[in-house]
Amino acid sequence: MKEKQLLIFNSKGIYCPQAQVYLDPWKPVNRAIITHGHSDHSRFGHKHYLTHHKNVPIIRHRLGDINVQGVEWNEPFTINGVTFSLHPAGHIVGSSQVRVEYKGEVWVFTGDYKTEPDGLSTPYESVRCNTMITECTFGLPAFKWKPQEKVFEEINKWWKENQEEGKTSVLFGYTLGKAQRILKHLDTSIGKIYTHGAVENMTEVLRPQLLLPETHLITRETSPKEIKGNIVVAPPSAHGTPWMRKFVPFETGTCSGWMAFRGARNRRATDRGFVLSDHCDWQGLLLSIKESGASRVICTHGYTHIFSKYLTEIGYEASTENTEYDSEKDDVTEVETTEKV
Amino acid sequence: MKNFAKMIEELDSTNKTNQKVAALSEYFARANDRDKLWTMAILAHRRPPRPVNTTLLRTYAAELAEIPLWLFEESYHIVGDLAESIALVVPNDTHSSDKSLSEILDELVLLKAKSEQEKKSYVQSMWLQLDYYARFVFTKLLTGSFRIGISQKLMTKALSNVTNVDEEELAYRLMGDWSTKDTTFEELVFGRNEQAYVSKPYPFYLAYALENEPQDLGDVSDWVAEHKWDGIRGQLIVRKSEIFIWSRGEELVTDKYPELAELLNFLPNGIVIDGEILPYIEGQIGLFNDLQKRIGRKTVGKTILQQVPVIFKAYDLLEHQGKDIRKSSYKNRRQLLEELVKKSAAAALHISEQMEFNSWEDMSAERDRSRDKRSEGLMLKKKEAEYQVGRKKGDWWKWKIAPLTIDAVLTYGMRGHGRRTNLFTDYTFGLWQENEEGKKELVTFAKAYSGLTDKEFGQVDAIIKKTTLDRFGPVRSVQPTQVFELAFEGIAFSNRHKSGVAVRFPRIIRWRKDKKIEDANSLDDLKALIPE
Repeated sequence: MKEKQLLIFNSKGIYCPQAQVYLDPWKPVNRAIITHGHSDHSRFGHKHYLTHHKNVPIIRHRLGDINVQGVEWNEPFTINGVTFSLHPAGHIVGSSQVRVEYKGEVWVFTGDYKTEPDGLSTPYESVRCNTMITECTFGLPAFKWKPQEKVFEEINKWWKENQEEGKTSVLFGYTLGKAQRILKHLDTSIGKIYTHGAVENMTEVLRPQLLLPETHLITRETSPKEIKGNIVVAPPSAHGTPWMRKFVPFETGTCSGWMAFRGARNRRATDRGFVLSDHCDWQGLLLSIKESGASRVICTHGYTHIFSKYLTEIGYEASTENTEYDSEKDDVTEVETTEKV
Repeated sequence: MKNFAKMIEELDSTNKTNQKVAALSEYFARANDRDKLWTMAILAHRRPPRPVNTTLLRTYAAELAEIPLWLFEESYHIVGDLAESIALVVPNDTHSSDKSLSEILDELVLLKAKSEQEKKSYVQSMWLQLDYYARFVFTKLLTGSFRIGISQKLMTKALSNVTNVDEEELAYRLMGDWSTKDTTFEELVFGRNEQAYVSKPYPFYLAYALENEPQDLGDVSDWVAEHKWDGIRGQLIVRKSEIFIWSRGEELVTDKYPELAELLNFLPNGIVIDGEILPYIEGQIGLFNDLQKRIGRKTVGKTILQQVPVIFKAYDLLEHQGKDIRKSSYKNRRQLLEELVKKSAAAALHISEQMEFNSWEDMSAERDRSRDKRSEGLMLKKKEAEYQVGRKKGDWWKWKIAPLTIDAVLTYGMRGHGRRTNLFTDYTFGLWQENEEGKKELVTFAKAYSGLTDKEFGQVDAIIKKTTLDRFGPVRSVQPTQVFELAFEGIAFSNRHKSGVAVRFPRIIRWRKDKKIEDANSLDDLKALIPE
């Protein structure tokens, strides 16, 4: 191990001492490079934000009037001799990995990422490095995603069946990322798409950069009759609230990687669970690590202990670090990252 | 198998009873008789014996998934269900098996006697031939646990829809000793096999807990009360000069209680008594803790028979002179029961004393004496009530005494199962005790995993993850920071427990966020609750 590390984990975040820059810090700092717009990665209070330009409208929407600079992918910039660049992470729109190079040594911080192209966010690109700091939210062999076409086939079929039974479909997914991915792939020949306010707001922010189908915001004036048989896209927090009364009779569905678990499906108490994640599955993680050529891997949030133990066993120098990203987050405790504040 | 798996998936993906019954009815309407019979057997917890032990299943799965066994085990701890873990890690193949449910189950019955190599190749090839959900269901059949939230009641309802046989009649037909080996769907549902009926118990009538004031039940003179004894609810059957004792879990336990089997010599043919198996030591009703020494033993030796003799405390008479009398009034059944018990003059057959009160206040006063009498409270029964099927409101109520409580500190968390998968929901609690050096330390005394809301479980889960001290597979030791109020029904000294105390039915009743860990109770406080 080197005497002086290029990136270290301190009480505020992932820190580059040479450049005096933080990556996705969880406490207020001077300079922050932000991977993506989910609230556990882009927090309040930094003096200066730097992120991919596609993420700029997202964090502006969430954090208000901040001092933020947008950059392009694969466009290196240098701070005090350290070269940084952002590379697509495929997690959500505008999500990046951060490549950090100093004196020939290369580190990559993945942020959150997925390898399967979702038709919406810029697809993940493998970046060669010596040390990879990877998330492992779904770092267990029990997680194996189906191709998204299959999942959306199921979702559209479910919508159609509900419609035939005279029911409205209510589909839950996180407001930033998942909701737009759902919108993008719904079969609008079946019916109209209605949205919850939180989903509508975020989608509005993203429309300039994405091609998304027409949505109808549900307001107090929206009549139950017009919604009937159509689909409603809402954040998970709307489940079980009086807001849902308008849709009776309805069927509910949740889109999340956690829906792979029967227990999690039953706990959410939605009628259907669709396994749809914006993170890598087990094979996705292993493959990306292999392709990066990294010899050293640091596992941050997720099943870090198990995942790093396995990496060690197959020959990597692997370790874990504690962060304040929503580690081990679950469908129940997962924070909604979307409400405008 | 495909249809069966699809039906199970439908049952599993809804929590609406109507939809469950509909899915099950649809399946019954289309399945062949043999598949129907096996389905009934499985849902009524009559599975074929486990053909392959779970240790082997784990190694088969890890091998197919090309992962080390420890990694499979870790995944299992998190998934919380073995069959589900296997179904998740095994790769998906494109083959698909068209075998029917009964074909597969018949193969599983034969598999038990086969060599380990044959077992492995059979199981692995089946896994690869089934899609994810069918693989999960198939593995559930292999591991023998099949809890998917379908009650016997629900199954009976669906079956009744399809066969037009009355639900209560079906419930009765499905009781007792039957297996797919020696009956057919026709015979079980429509036929009447006299031999099978000799040992058949009736469905138990169960009471709900009284939640409102007893005054709401109306005139006290319409009601009688008994103490609610804390043993094993059972049915004692004497027919054709044979005796059968069934537990409420539909387990035939005649051989476990030889002193009760001897009642055959004291009782006439054609009777069925509902009652409770109770420990009876030196002329006094014992604690459930005493009875526990006999539960689970296959053979009962002389010593244990002397240490913990049992009696049968009779509650009700369901069959008299070979006739089903469940529809006659309780008053009438009770009178016949009293005569029967008196006439038998058997030492091991007691009658549960019946009490009438002039006022609800008097009854309440009797309830307050329950702990001294070693009962859990009172059972309230309407004099005119029929003996019903299953848990019903209205004519019977259990009116239990308030539980004992203590404030304890959370010391370990374990990942839950089922709908609590991937959350730390099973907790271990400690109480304070001074060690030899005069320092206070926490001594483990109970585990509990019920009593919190989903939201609270989520919060405790987060605290456990944040304050983890050490990891032992699915278990984590935590920095003691949280106090919970635990309730339990009974308490006794025990040398099987580290704390020296055993509590019965411990559960969480309140999260004492207002208390610091120093404010929690001590082990001595707990011991002070033990009755003399």
